[in-house]
Amino acid sequence: MVYEDVVDPYPFPESLRKEILNELEKIKPTKKIAKKIVEKCYQAYLSNLVEPGEAAGIVAAQSIGEPGTQMTMRTFHYAGVAEINVTLGLPRLIEILDVRKNPSTPMMTIRLTEEYAKDRNKAKEVANRIEATYITDIADVATDIRNMRIVITPDERALERKGFSFDELKKKIEKGLKTEVVEEGRKLVVQIAEPSFKTLMDTFEKLRKLVLMGIKEIRRVIIRKEGEEYVLYTEGSNLKKVMKIKGVDFSRTTTNNIYEIYEVLGIEAARSALIREAISTLEEQGLEVDLRHLMLVADVMTVDGELKQVGRHGVAGEKQSILARAAFEMTVNNLLEAAVRGDIDNLSGITENIIVGQPIRLGTGDVELIAKINMGGDNK
Amino acid sequence: MIPKRVSSIKFEVLSPQEVRRMSVAKIITPETYDDDGFPIEGGLMDTRLGVIDPGLKCRTCGAKAGECPGHFGHIELAAPVIHVGYAKLIGKLLNATCRECGRILLKNEKRDKFIAEIEKSRELGQDFEDIVKEVFRVTKGIKKCPHCETEQMEVKFDKPTFFYENEHRLTPKDVRERLEKIPDDDLPAFGMDPKAVRPEWLVLTVLPVPPVTVRPSIILETGQRSEDDLTHKLVDIIRINQRFMENKEAGAPQLILEDLWELLQYHVTTYLDNEVSGIPPARHRSGRPLKTLAQRLKGKEGRFRGSLSGKRVNFSARTVISPDPNLSINEVGVPLVVAEELTVPIYVTDKNVEEAREYIMRTEHPKANYVIRPDGRRIRVMDSNREELAEKLEPGWIVERQLKDGDIVLFNRQPSLHRMSIMAHYVRVLPYKTFRLNPAVCPPYNADFDGDEMNLHVPQSLEAQAEAKILMTVQEQILSPRFGGPIIGGIHDHISGLYLLTRGEKNFTKEEVMSIIRPLNITKLPEPKYDDMWTGKQIFSMILPDITIEFKAEICQNCEECKGEECENDAYVVIRDGELITGTIDEKAVGAFKGIIIDEIMRKFGSEETRKFIDNMTQLAIRAIMNAGFSFGISDEDIPDDAKKQIRDLIKEAERKVDELIQAYREGNLEPMPGRTVEETLEMRIMQVLGRARDQAGKIASQFLGMDNPAVIMAVSGARGSMLNLTQMAACIGQQSVRGERIGRGYTYSNRTLPHFTPGDLGAEARGFVKSSYKDGLTPVEFFFHAVGGREGLVDTAVRTSQSGYLQRRLINALQDLKVDYDGTIREQTSNMLVQFRYGEDGVDPMKSFRGKAVDVKRIIREVMAEEGKEV
Repeated sequence: MVYEDVVDPYPFPESLRKEILNELEKIKPTKKIAKKIVEKCYQAYLSNLVEPGEAAGIVAAQSIGEPGTQMTMRTFHYAGVAEINVTLGLPRLIEILDVRKNPSTPMMTIRLTEEYAKDRNKAKEVANRIEATYITDIADVATDIRNMRIVITPDERALERKGFSFDELKKKIEKGLKTEVVEEGRKLVVQIAEPSFKTLMDTFEKLRKLVLMGIKEIRRVIIRKEGEEYVLYTEGSNLKKVMKIKGVDFSRTTTNNIYEIYEVLGIEAARSALIREAISTLEEQGLEVDLRHLMLVADVMTVDGELKQVGRHGVAGEKQSILARAAFEMTVNNLLEAAVRGDIDNLSGITENIIVGQPIRLGTGDVELIAKINMGGDNK
Repeated sequence: MIPKRVSSIKFEVLSPQEVRRMSVAKIITPETYDDDGFPIEGGLMDTRLGVIDPGLKCRTCGAKAGECPGHFGHIELAAPVIHVGYAKLIGKLLNATCRECGRILLKNEKRDKFIAEIEKSRELGQDFEDIVKEVFRVTKGIKKCPHCETEQMEVKFDKPTFFYENEHRLTPKDVRERLEKIPDDDLPAFGMDPKAVRPEWLVLTVLPVPPVTVRPSIILETGQRSEDDLTHKLVDIIRINQRFMENKEAGAPQLILEDLWELLQYHVTTYLDNEVSGIPPARHRSGRPLKTLAQRLKGKEGRFRGSLSGKRVNFSARTVISPDPNLSINEVGVPLVVAEELTVPIYVTDKNVEEAREYIMRTEHPKANYVIRPDGRRIRVMDSNREELAEKLEPGWIVERQLKDGDIVLFNRQPSLHRMSIMAHYVRVLPYKTFRLNPAVCPPYNADFDGDEMNLHVPQSLEAQAEAKILMTVQEQILSPRFGGPIIGGIHDHISGLYLLTRGEKNFTKEEVMSIIRPLNITKLPEPKYDDMWTGKQIFSMILPDITIEFKAEICQNCEECKGEECENDAYVVIRDGELITGTIDEKAVGAFKGIIIDEIMRKFGSEETRKFIDNMTQLAIRAIMNAGFSFGISDEDIPDDAKKQIRDLIKEAERKVDELIQAYREGNLEPMPGRTVEETLEMRIMQVLGRARDQAGKIASQFLGMDNPAVIMAVSGARGSMLNLTQMAACIGQQSVRGERIGRGYTYSNRTLPHFTPGDLGAEARGFVKSSYKDGLTPVEFFFHAVGGREGLVDTAVRTSQSGYLQRRLINALQDLKVDYDGTIREQTSNMLVQFRYGEDGVDPMKSFRGKAVDVKRIIREVMAEEGKEV
């Protein structure tokens, strides 16, 4: 607190400002020494700045691409949650940069509101509301071909575990199948109106696929205790629906499906998710990559407010330059299209200038300096 | 001279008039050469189209082969044909315009609205494809022309080049006539530029014939001519074209004409693109599909990626690499034969004319190979003309002298995955035929010496040489921009050597010390710690610059309570004012990727000092390891019979446990883990038991191996290998796996892996547990399972390299145009789009950052406090 008036006159970035304040707080030097430290930090900061013209993009691409060769290809168990498989390593990195709408192993981390987080039973209650429950999970289902009907025998224990009442079950089935369900003791009977084998089987199938409770996409929920609170991990993901569930603290709930985050929470959230997912994938593999590189990639993917993949259908495909696009992928189509549209390539990028054989406008090529060299001779 | 720049390139569609205008010859006959082997006039090899045979002269420009760039000709097609690449667009246009009046099927106001939208997007540099798509979608639904009230019929497009209207086939001629009617004013609504294209040009009536230089024929050893694929295809087109014309003139029946027309369409289609779906590709006599125009452009070896983006260079060399620890890290050993061939230009001025003359007069190694006169003539320096050239030499000439010691060159190893894959080295001309490099620079190149080859390039201009020296030398690349730490440092023996030297309190006599530091250029010995004896730590301190640093070494056991300087493992490194007080030097201190000491020197003293330190450190390490003596052989994995018995018992116990688990599972007594099936639970439990058994076996083995075992030394110090490798060699190899599971495939139908087992056997042995060690050798069954597991690794590597290569290409393509501007923002160059207001939110270069942090605050505090004479 006391050192702020020493630090604040300098235009430090926020993270560095905090760090300096923190470190000063630890050793509590005199104001004079503190001033000296801060001044030195500022000098160091200035000398650590990037130089204009630096090919920041290429360095970022290399820094992420190069460790790719060292990554594994397998799906592993998620660190900590042995029960859930999560894609890791190179396939996951590719998935992230491709912005797949359906990642191969969608997963959510759901944190609960205070009321629910402390109590295991309360947490279980929320889990029940989220996990997709099918008829086979809580009852025996049999087709009675002779009488053209389906007999459902609920498992009382399972019903209780799921916090589901008999009447609720009946209503759900009636609503889902849009037919009448008859109670026969503790059994439920669905009578097929039209007596044909096919309709019987169709109805049976429909019944089996009917989600009685929970969210369709979420196949499994696992409850784990983390520190003081219970946290839910799910296999499958549906952020929008989960956020609406009672007991879910949506501000601390997340998914590994970046596209979903983009759709539900918007572009800035998607950018953060991209960075977070990419860095955790790399870190899990023991690869150190500076955060700035991932930020740059994430920013390029999200600049214009749309989440674009790295590749033909996204960033690279929307390049202005025809030559750059042609040199990447879909060579012939790009050229044909450019001709009909009468497009002009302004040769401002890298590939274009390499193609026509002139210096690129990056680094030392970005500076123009002309010197008249006298070879001697008539100099005398 | 101010270099000229191409400012832009515009793309347009060639009109028939344009094709005829640029044509120098109308090609009418399919024959190429006459009986004397001379090109026929009006044939495809017409000398007006340029020449490729030496001796002939181009009839258009008069230049000889190699000088004449070639000239286009043309073929007048007897009937119009559809351009395959535009067939889809033509289909859309036909449906979007009136079949009678040719107007767009939209009222003018609506059309103008779309055009305005497209124009706006174009101005903003955005993609307007979606708007055009919308135009086509809207117009397709309109059944009546709003301009002439004609009923519209749907035109069906049948891939690749056919159009049907109400089952009635539209000939290319009909299509062309309709396209002709579309007015210029409507075109922008389809995203077309009326200045660049008329829709009817998309139906070809004349075909440009590329110059001979584009499709040179090759002469085989037999003296036969072998024509280029394009020539073959053009011959086909002309032949059918001629036939069509003859038949038409002779008044042949419509049916025959239609067949010929279709054939002509086929040939033109395959001439443009031979990989169109729906039609068989045109083939060479040998059955190989022809490489026509589209194939020449496409793909990795195509014109764009292969010839235009990837350029070939002179002044380069490639050979096998081998190590030479006596070179500095920023040097490269160049074989004499290579140095004699590669040259560096000397731009002669009145200040260096004498020096240049000397090179010309020399007859041995650094001599001049060529001189270039101001008029551009290049003359080889030979015994016969040496004196004459030396005489004539004057400012303005260029002398190309051979590569010599101290020249700067670029050194590269593929795959060039990051910028450290190409670094600048100083030349050292050496005997023998391999490039030599200091093993400490292997990590950035990812090189080893099992037959790797590397490339060398000699920068020719002074600007290039200066850039190489200032920006690209090895010492400038010690810190990686990937994570802001060093990627150059000691490897293998460097680490073992320093570990042996600095561990504990080893004493060395003066003689030993002298022999160890012999190559180091140390002029003064410090006071011996014990009378006449120096410690290894003292010896290491001799090469240390003045740094102060404390850290935990690689060998640190991560004890619960760190004792700091009192560490009994000697794992806590303390360096004070350039003096190693305690701790062992290992991978964490000087290794590539980790090297804390290297990092510290780099930040405190800069690149040159760091280079010297790495040079000295590697030299010292090699001397130290030689002094200690270090070897590793099969007997170093020997463990006593007692230990072997312990391991055997351990594994037997584990197998018994596995059997128990299986028993429990069979009896249904196995409790499944939450969220798992019983089978999965069993597998996981078994894997756990066997994994633990292997680890324990390893522990027993390492107990008997001891800290002075060379393999252990290498593993602990981080020089090479791991304790796991050691375990596998000495104790037990462990479970083999495929996709993270025990091996369970094989004789699927009888549910066993090999016929040696009973069906359904889930035991350790039957599912790929290898209990032998590498040293003991594997049983045949174990060997089989080991091979199964090993193959997965091989497949994995193969798949991974291709996948990560593509990922890298896409990343580079997406990010290559981003640069830091003078205002510190990141912008995309082509669209000038602002991507980041401040690079990485703090504007700090990751390479200069301290492992990601903008400033190493702690170090600055330490420095200032020391200056002020205060303890931290």
